[in-house]
Formats: sequence, structure tokens, C-alpha cells
Amino acid sequence: MSETTQEPKIRVEHLTKIFGSNSKEALKMLQAGVGKDEILEKTGCGVGVADASFTVAPGEIVVVMGLSGSGKSTLVRCINRLIEPTAGKILIDDQDITGLSMDELRQVRLTKLGMVFQNFALFPHRTVCQNAEYGLEIQGMDPTKRREKAMIALEQVGLKGWEDYYPVNLSGGMQQRVGLARALALDPDILLMDEAFSALDPLIRGDMQDELINLQSKMQKTILFISHDLDEALKIGDRIVLMKDGAIVQIGTAEQILTNPANEYVSRFVENVDITKVLTAESVMIKPKAVVFLSAHGPKSALRFMQKQGLSQIFVHDDKHKVIGYVTADTASEATKRGETELHHIMQTDFVSVPPDTPAADLIPIMANLPHPLPVVGPDGRLMGVIIRGSLLAALAERGRNNDA
Amino acid sequence: MPKIPIGATIEAIIDFLVTNFSFLTIAFTRVMEIVIRAIENGLLFLPPWLFILAAAGLTFWLTRKRGIGLFTLLGLALIWNMGLWVPTVSTITLVLIATLTALSIGIPIGILAALHSGVNRVVQPVLDVMQTMPAFVYLIPAIPFFGLGKVAAIFATVIFSMPPAIRLTCLGIKQVPRELVECADAFGSTKWQKLFKLQLPLATPTIMAGVNQTVMLGLSMVVIAAMIGARGLGGEVWRAIQRLQMGSGFEAGLGIVIVAIILDRVLQHFGTKKN
Repeated sequence: MSETTQEPKIRVEHLTKIFGSNSKEALKMLQAGVGKDEILEKTGCGVGVADASFTVAPGEIVVVMGLSGSGKSTLVRCINRLIEPTAGKILIDDQDITGLSMDELRQVRLTKLGMVFQNFALFPHRTVCQNAEYGLEIQGMDPTKRREKAMIALEQVGLKGWEDYYPVNLSGGMQQRVGLARALALDPDILLMDEAFSALDPLIRGDMQDELINLQSKMQKTILFISHDLDEALKIGDRIVLMKDGAIVQIGTAEQILTNPANEYVSRFVENVDITKVLTAESVMIKPKAVVFLSAHGPKSALRFMQKQGLSQIFVHDDKHKVIGYVTADTASEATKRGETELHHIMQTDFVSVPPDTPAADLIPIMANLPHPLPVVGPDGRLMGVIIRGSLLAALAERGRNNDA
Repeated sequence: MPKIPIGATIEAIIDFLVTNFSFLTIAFTRVMEIVIRAIENGLLFLPPWLFILAAAGLTFWLTRKRGIGLFTLLGLALIWNMGLWVPTVSTITLVLIATLTALSIGIPIGILAALHSGVNRVVQPVLDVMQTMPAFVYLIPAIPFFGLGKVAAIFATVIFSMPPAIRLTCLGIKQVPRELVECADAFGSTKWQKLFKLQLPLATPTIMAGVNQTVMLGLSMVVIAAMIGARGLGGEVWRAIQRLQMGSGFEAGLGIVIVAIILDRVLQHFGTKKN
């Protein structure tokens, strides 16, 4: 899922932020490999972000996650320079943000960077619609046009009919929708979301996450999402950047981080995750050892494949490599004895299949009474793999072992 | 041990300023006196009953509270009845000019102090001095610059009543939540846009509390300033003191209280409304 082939939308290179008046010396010490605590003791400077490098591809959601104090909020504020970085580069569409003048920076903020805040940061003296209009008003758009655009953005987040209320009349979830609409109204390429859902209660948070994923499938924004909640990161992130003490510990997809934690810290971090929610059918399936084609194979060759691979069933493809059914070893051997040469009569066509992104949690009940291995079928109808009960349990058990280690 | 010449130094500075610049301030005084007299005459041109009705209507219209309108009506009628109409109008004029001046200087200074920590560091100690220095002290230098009379009184009143306007404007702007300021920045606002679209609107209730304080202080100073010839209600009190006339002193004091309550209620209404 990491789209390394595409030109990245945001590229952060060796970004460092040091708080305090003696930042030059602290930077030298940091580059020499001195620890954060020692730097604080000797120079009085706090290291916010230390040498962070990562990219975000267009249309990708990258979640920067870490505990409080890990520097994630500082990192995102460096991207739009609400906080001035001490060293390093931030490239947005190949333009170095760190070198821009204040006016140029304002232009970038106005046109490319929308931001959503943890505590919503709605302007209490403005109505919902006036809040959504804010960015456009700053741009100097004329009132009727900007109201029109703000209304479209509010409709996108499901707040039609609320435009003339004040934020104080809205629930937390709705307030954050206004925050989102305010960012969307500008139609920026990039959304910076700083703990955007953290202040919401769990049910509403879940809804908002779903909604963001839903919106994202239509909008294809580039989203940098800050979170301290691993479940949230795993749910919405295409990739996750894990931070500790200002430094990046691991970058990878949810599965990479869960199944292959870079170090002790990451594995401790992820050990409480409900693994069945994260692993998908794709990650627990095994490659089909053999398949037969309806037009090319008969019961005899099917039987031979199964015997060779030790299978009790085999899936049948049509000419276009679509799965159309399966044949069991028993029926194949009977048909061979009868001297039949076609698979038509013995093929079972009523089978259950799942798409590759089905969560492992959903697989367990599906597989409970299934007479055949569960085929994982891609959107084009091709067989991507099969899940047998053993492989599913093995994948879950393996994760359990990693946690104990 | 020799005495450190603080007083002598201040006197030397004031003397220097008086000899070199008093021709300007005296000229200013002449002009201001004409303006003040024009405003006073303008207000006195209306017959008192019409003025009272208009004031009652205005306070009711501003606050939408019947009680305040009624109080204005009865209070001003009582002042008229006590024969204090002319000094009251004179006092209101002085307070009006003094507080408008204090606000038009104080609020911008408050904004600057809130936005620039350097300005703040200079302003805070000056404010401390302005607020704790006994009010009478301002009267002394006012005389050589502006002569005895209303302009000197206004000068002393402006200095005395300005600190709350500065302090509360500064406080109101600093109280705007950091996340909101960050948000305005993140959306690419200029400093002016941030100030007028976010900081000032949110600081308005606090600033209005400062305005209220300034007006009240102005009113109390206008009375003290009667000592240097400000006349008005303060002048009536002052005369009563000198002649030991308890009754007329109380009447003039009552007049001041009535004016203060009317101004306070109207301004308080603006302070709380925005929330």
C-alpha cells in the first residue's frame, strides 16, 4: 500500500525542532548522538522532534502516532510552520516550506494546507457557516460565493440545516464536523489533522473515523493524521509513523508494525491491540497450491493435483481465471472410476468467498461450518488465496507469541 | 547621607517642559475650552425635560431593560429638581471627553501590549505607577501646562482612568485560546485579519469591562478635579465642603451617584451581552 513509485506530496527530511534559546548548541549535540535528557541538562533545551524523515504520497493517509510528549503535535505544526523547525526540510509538492517568506507561507497555508484541531478550535462568535467560510473570507472571496462553497462543505460532513447555529449549540461530534468542513471548504490538497477525534467519546470517534474513511474514498486528499490511539491509527492509516521521544521508531503499514515490530518499544505499544480486527483475509490466506481449469482439466487430472498436494478440494477456474466452483477429492475419484472426462457434473458451485480486506474477526464465524476452504477473491473475480482454519489460527497464534516475547 | 534628589529632578523636568512646550499646551487648552463649551451649550440647548426623556429612551433602547430606562427618567428628574442640572451636564461632558480620550489611547496600547511582549514589559510598570500614585498628584503638573480649569481636569482624568482600559484590553486579547489563534494562523490570516476577525471580537466583553472601569474612574476623578477648577457636580461638592453645607453636599453627591449608576448599567449591559 505504500506508494513508493509516486512522487510524494509531502516529504519531510531530517526535521528537527529544539525548544529553547540555546538551540544551536543543542542541535550540534543532537547530531553528535547525545541523548535527549543530557541535552536538556547541559543546554536547557528540549528536543521536540529529532531528525524525522518520512514521505506522504498523494491520496494517502499517514498517521503519526505516539504517546503524549513524543513530539507528534510539534511535528505536524512544523509542517505548516505554526512552529518554526530548527533544522531540516519540509517539501510540499517539491517546494521547500522552511525557506518561504511569511507572505509566501500564508499563500501555501491558504491554498494547500487545511488543518483540523484537537479541541475543534471553532470561533465561538461565528455561526457554523461563518466558521466554515473563514478560510475563504481570508482569501477575500465575495460573500455569496464563499457561503455557497461553505454550504457544500457542510453538506459533505452532514451538517446541512445547522449553518446558522453557533458552535456552542452543537455536540462535540458535530463541532468537529464543522472543523472538518472549515478545512474542506478551502479544498486544500493536504489535510493536517491534529488529534482530530481524540476529544470525542468512543462511539462518536468510531463514527467520525468511518466518515473520514468514507469521505477520503471520494476526495482523495493527502492526510497527515496525528493520534495517540493505536486502534485509530490502524483503522484509518494507510501507513503509520510511530514516534517516541521526538524520533521516528518505525514507519510501515498497520500489518507491518503489528507483525514485525521494529523494537521492544513498538511491540510493547502494540501488544494490547485486538489482532483479529487488524489482520485481514489477505494477510492470513495462503497461496492456492493448485487450481484446475474447467475447459482444460477433467476429474482425473483434478484428482492427481489433489493427491500430489495433499488437498481434499480444489477450486475450478473458467477461462478468464474466475473462480466458479470447487471439486472434492471424493467426487473426483468416483467420476474418474465412472470414466467421465468433464468437471461440469461434479463441480460444486455454491461456495462462500470473501474479499481480501475482510477483517480476521469476521472470518472466524464464516469459517465455522464451511465444508470447503475459504477462497479469497479479488475484485476481478480471481482467486488470490485460500484460508484454511489451520492457517488462520496459526497467524493469530504467531502474533500472540510475539506479544509474549 | 545626602537626600537623593527625586523630587528636584522631577521638578526640573516639569520646569523644562513647561518653559519650552507650555505655549503649545496653552494654545491647545484655549481650543479645547471652546470645544468643551460648545458641547456643554449644545447639551444645555435642549430643555431639561426633553433631554431627560431622550436619555431615558436611549438607555431603554440600548439595554432593552425597562428598569434602567425608568431609573434614568426618575434619577435625572430628581437632579433637575435639586437644581443641579447645569453642573450635571458639565460633569457628563467632562467624563465623556476624558473617557473617550482615555479609551482611544488606552485600547490601542492594550492591543500592542498583548501582541508584543516588549511593549508589555514597558507598559506594565508604568501602569502600576499610574494606578497607585495618589490621584491628586496628577493635578499639580496639569496646572502649569493647561492652567486652572476644565482642560487640566480632563488631562488628569485621562491619566487616572486609562490603566483599566489598557490592562483589560491586554488581558482580553491574551485570553483568546491559543488553539484559536493557531487556527487563524493555520488558515493563513494576516495579523490584521487575526486581530479584527478573532482577537478583538473575543476580547470584547473583557474590553467592555475595562471601558466600564475607565468611565467610573473618570467620574470619580472629575469630582477630585474640581479642586483645580473643573466645576460641575464635583465643584458643588467642593463648595459644600468649604462652607460646611451638609445638605447641598449630599445632594451633589447623590447627583454623582445617579449619573454613575446610569453609565454603569448601560456599559455593563454591553460587557455581558456578547457572551
